[in-house]
Amino acid sequence: MSTTVGAWVTETIPIAGLAMPVARAGQGPPLLVLHHDIGTLRPLPFYDALARRFTVLVPSHPGYDGAERGDWIRNVRDVAAMYQWLLGELPAARAAGPIAVVGLGFGGWIAAEMAALAPRAFRRLVLVGAMGLKPERGEIADQALLSYIDYVRLGFADPRTFDRVFGAEPPTRLLEQWDLNREMSFRIAWKPYMYNPTLPHLLGGVAAPSLVVWGRDDRIVPLECGERFAKILPRARLEIVDGAGHFVELEKPDELARLVADFVS
Amino acid sequence: MHLMYFTEQPMSAYPADEGREFGATALMFSNRHFDPVAGSRLYNEYLEHYRLAEDVGFDGIMLNEHHNAPFCMQAKCNVFASILAATTKRVKIVLLGNPLPLADNPVRLAEELAMIDMVSRGRLVSGFVRGGGQEQLATGVNPAFNRERFEEAHDLIVKAWTQPGPFRWEGTHYQHRVVNPWAVPLQKPHPRVWIPGVLSKETIIWAARKRYPYIALSTEIEATKKIWEQYDRVAAETGYAGGPEYRGYLQRCHVAETEEKAMQNAQQFMWMQGEFTGLAHPVWSTPSGYFSPSYRSAFVEYAVGRRPNPRGAAFEDQIKNQQIVAGTPKTVIPKLRRLLEETRPSIMGFWAADGFVTNEDTRNCIRLLGEEVLPALREIAKELDLWSPFEANSPVSMQFQAPAQPAGAAAI
Repeated sequence: MSTTVGAWVTETIPIAGLAMPVARAGQGPPLLVLHHDIGTLRPLPFYDALARRFTVLVPSHPGYDGAERGDWIRNVRDVAAMYQWLLGELPAARAAGPIAVVGLGFGGWIAAEMAALAPRAFRRLVLVGAMGLKPERGEIADQALLSYIDYVRLGFADPRTFDRVFGAEPPTRLLEQWDLNREMSFRIAWKPYMYNPTLPHLLGGVAAPSLVVWGRDDRIVPLECGERFAKILPRARLEIVDGAGHFVELEKPDELARLVADFVS
Repeated sequence: MHLMYFTEQPMSAYPADEGREFGATALMFSNRHFDPVAGSRLYNEYLEHYRLAEDVGFDGIMLNEHHNAPFCMQAKCNVFASILAATTKRVKIVLLGNPLPLADNPVRLAEELAMIDMVSRGRLVSGFVRGGGQEQLATGVNPAFNRERFEEAHDLIVKAWTQPGPFRWEGTHYQHRVVNPWAVPLQKPHPRVWIPGVLSKETIIWAARKRYPYIALSTEIEATKKIWEQYDRVAAETGYAGGPEYRGYLQRCHVAETEEKAMQNAQQFMWMQGEFTGLAHPVWSTPSGYFSPSYRSAFVEYAVGRRPNPRGAAFEDQIKNQQIVAGTPKTVIPKLRRLLEETRPSIMGFWAADGFVTNEDTRNCIRLLGEEVLPALREIAKELDLWSPFEANSPVSMQFQAPAQPAGAAAI
């Protein structure tokens, strides 16, 4: 899966008064990928694998990875509304009609909110270890109590994968980025932390077939949340990936890319 | 010179080994280690210390609050302020202070403070703080909006104190249909506001723009001078001259009959591993969004153990740079003179003991300070023209350019 997919191109689209950077690579039908609360590296083997079959669109959430913050943004639904707006502005997405979206962790919560706001806007919905629902038994891990490195490490089933992806001692520049991203997560998801109590009531109308993917060893968002998403979304099934934690796309990029491609195609 | 007594109210009766084993003595260190029998004894001892401080000649009692940690038992400074309002006669009750961002209803704070001011017959000084990072986590308050909440809550409280209600408040973080508290401060235009701090330059600038005295909390002499340079610069830009009446300093200072004993007890200032907020994970004490963005790079390195604790100076170094002063009255006075000469504050807090210093030694220290050290400092202050806001009759703030006075002499 290491074939080159051509250069990533980033364009900046004005949305709600903010410059929203959208990175794009590959060819084929558009696929919107929404990143985690820790931001994202680019390129990634997972994105490249998808880019061989899709036009992969990876926006940076406002306030994450250096994107303009927007001091007025107060919750994840605000971000979801901005992304619905973005879909109307992106030529690649506009031409295609309803598109497919993959939400990773925190990005999965945004994707679910987008689906709640516009239940017919997507062709396919993929949620991977998504936040957004309140666990009934366990808890969503609280990053406020963990150092930047410890929190990200918690998201891996195998600590060696963290070392391979970020380096055993990630550079200060990356830590600063994680701190900035964490600040934005606090701004929009502090209380309740990483879920929206109204979301489960609003997912019943989602028309798109949905795939819910969970790492079996996800220690950030408990698997019960995946089971619940699969139950609430009308046309959903749950896939559990062995040997993966919260960051499934970093630990099992090929497996996740295959699941997504098969489901979306 | 305004001379205050201060204690962190240490909860020294907790099992220290448990803290060391857990690796932290704040926020997540379980309160099953809190012993309410010892707590009851200690609270009452601390009350006696405050009353003794008034008896031996202190001008003020400085109170603060913290949450979820043994280094400070006081979880609500307004509770002790209320007790002192009724059980003391003369001292100013100086709150340094109420952590404004923790308040979901600042109007209630305005009411409580007004009640304390009336019960004490106009002796309240109402300082405000942002609260430590752990305080935000302990109370579930969003650290990313800490400064915004601080400033908005302050504006709302001052308005509730000074403008007749009812009025409506539609702010960013606070919305109130009706602001009309039936308790307003006795002091007019309103009680004095002092702002304590340790390193955020944003707070120094904010205090200077408001013309509120700033109280430097146990900073090094050179760092303290830099604070005053910054304050005075902003004061000049704002249209007034800074100077002693806008400068306060909290000094760790333990006094005993002998050097040896004083030095031994002063070691207890290192009780919480030398960091006055106790041993905590850096991301608890400084959550993302809480600190000044200009420190981000240094902070993230500290948070993952790549930099030493900026506040973790050794005892010997703190003795040398006078962040801790200890000795007999005779030996501490010249050291305090140096502090007054070099940094020229008119408000001084004495943090007299910490940790496991015994009740008897603490009382002795308070007595020696009151009987021997404070009179000497008052003479030095006269010689150096260090007049407190009360002596200088300085204005309450930029907005209210009158000194605070109790309304209606008959009330006194």
